[in-house]
Amino acid sequence: MNWISTFLKSSIGKKLLMGLTGLFLCTFLIVHLSGNLQLLKHDGGLAFNTYAVFMTTNPLIKFVSYGLYAIILFHAFWGLYLVMENKKARPVQYASYNGNANSNWSSRWMGVLGTIILAFLILHMWNFWAQYKFGTTPYTQYERNLATGKVTFSPFTGEIAGKMEKFVDTERNVEITQVKDLYAIVADGFKAWWLVIIYVISMAALSFHLVHGFSSAFQTLGVNHKKYNALIKNIGVWLFGIIIPILFAIMPIYFLLLN
Amino acid sequence: MKINLKVWRQKNNKAKGELKDYKVDHVSPDMSFLEMFDVLNEDLITKGDDPIAFDHDCREGICGSCSMHINGRPHGPLAGVTTCQLHMRSFKDGDTIVVEPWRAGAFPVNKDLSVDRSAFDRIIAAGGFISVNTGNAQDANNLPIGKEAADEAFMSAACIGCGACVAACKNASAMLFVSAKVSQLSLLPQGQPEAKMRVMAMVNQMDAEGFGSCTNTGACSAECPKGIDLSNIARMNREFFSANLTGK
Repeated sequence: MNWISTFLKSSIGKKLLMGLTGLFLCTFLIVHLSGNLQLLKHDGGLAFNTYAVFMTTNPLIKFVSYGLYAIILFHAFWGLYLVMENKKARPVQYASYNGNANSNWSSRWMGVLGTIILAFLILHMWNFWAQYKFGTTPYTQYERNLATGKVTFSPFTGEIAGKMEKFVDTERNVEITQVKDLYAIVADGFKAWWLVIIYVISMAALSFHLVHGFSSAFQTLGVNHKKYNALIKNIGVWLFGIIIPILFAIMPIYFLLLN
Repeated sequence: MKINLKVWRQKNNKAKGELKDYKVDHVSPDMSFLEMFDVLNEDLITKGDDPIAFDHDCREGICGSCSMHINGRPHGPLAGVTTCQLHMRSFKDGDTIVVEPWRAGAFPVNKDLSVDRSAFDRIIAAGGFISVNTGNAQDANNLPIGKEAADEAFMSAACIGCGACVAACKNASAMLFVSAKVSQLSLLPQGQPEAKMRVMAMVNQMDAEGFGSCTNTGACSAECPKGIDLSNIARMNREFFSANLTGK
């Protein structure tokens, strides 16, 4: 297996690890976004809270999420290591360097953009993941009328064993869901305008990181052909650079305006 | 024209260098950038000063010797030219121009603006060749090569090894140079027998020389006087993966 370590120590092997982990994180963004878009549903958080329970209790999802944390940390610290390595390749800097003449600034600032994203992730995990897992999260009881489909909700002060209990009250013909209310933590957190601003700026950093990063990963993988270069570039710019960061940024803005 | 220069002066590889100010009067707009330096050097020699060392040879854009980093860009402000093909008409009367050597750990400064690019020679020596039997040259049409493959190989072979890619890259990476040299041979049947050994040996030598790695900024290709395309780097990556997976 010596050849694997030799390969991964080469400049191209090191880049391959960045590209592959980066693309994995891109796919995670799609999953994370599609789940979180349920925050925008007008149901008092029923769909989002049910989804949060599923994401934190399903064994397969739990397994993947630990892999995800590892890959995020690897991508971040491997990237910083490569930035330092690459700095060593030019021990004496230019007095005059016109990078804008020959390259896009985001492609030259990937390390800085990535560091902003890493700092954001720490804040983000503290804001929601840590509060949900370790904090005193409130519970909410949802009543969905099985005849009309109408959902009403109210704070729930009783005790349940896990994160969620679901049963049908046949007398009143309602489905009752008692669930840990992550939605309330989100809605409460984004009352702070400064937090919303930090989130929006971080999504801008994510946008610039991915405008370069997505297509760059394909180039590193050796995928470069005029038949599909334009497609890769467009997915990188439009989907990962514009649509996904904007949809993410809409959520904190939505809750700020809602309050 | 009158031109103000800030030129990097450094006695030798060990010495500490600095930017020094020079004024050059009577510059013709039709002079090449190197001819302007010739005028300045004549002046310095007349005064008994040490002339500025800079690399140059063919002065027609095909040898890759001239290597100045001018106002923050390799070979100056124009696209697709070497320094000898850059003329003073690209500047304005009274301009201040900063001239530095290529900056890369793998390109140590010999003196002033002249750098040692023998790292490139060692990369070529590691695998940038094909082995052929001596004796009479075989018939030119013995090996049929499609026009498209020939053209593509020729595009890669246009690399003159000047090092502008390394100079422009924020990581001082030599990937564009190495990938052009890998591609020009791997695109042709003559390059096939040694293809796997070649890409491994050349990439290993590139790493050993201390060049940085590629972050796909595209600065190399944008500054390349011969317009070598980034697709060469993708091809080299593919060949490197395949050589590692299936080679010896």
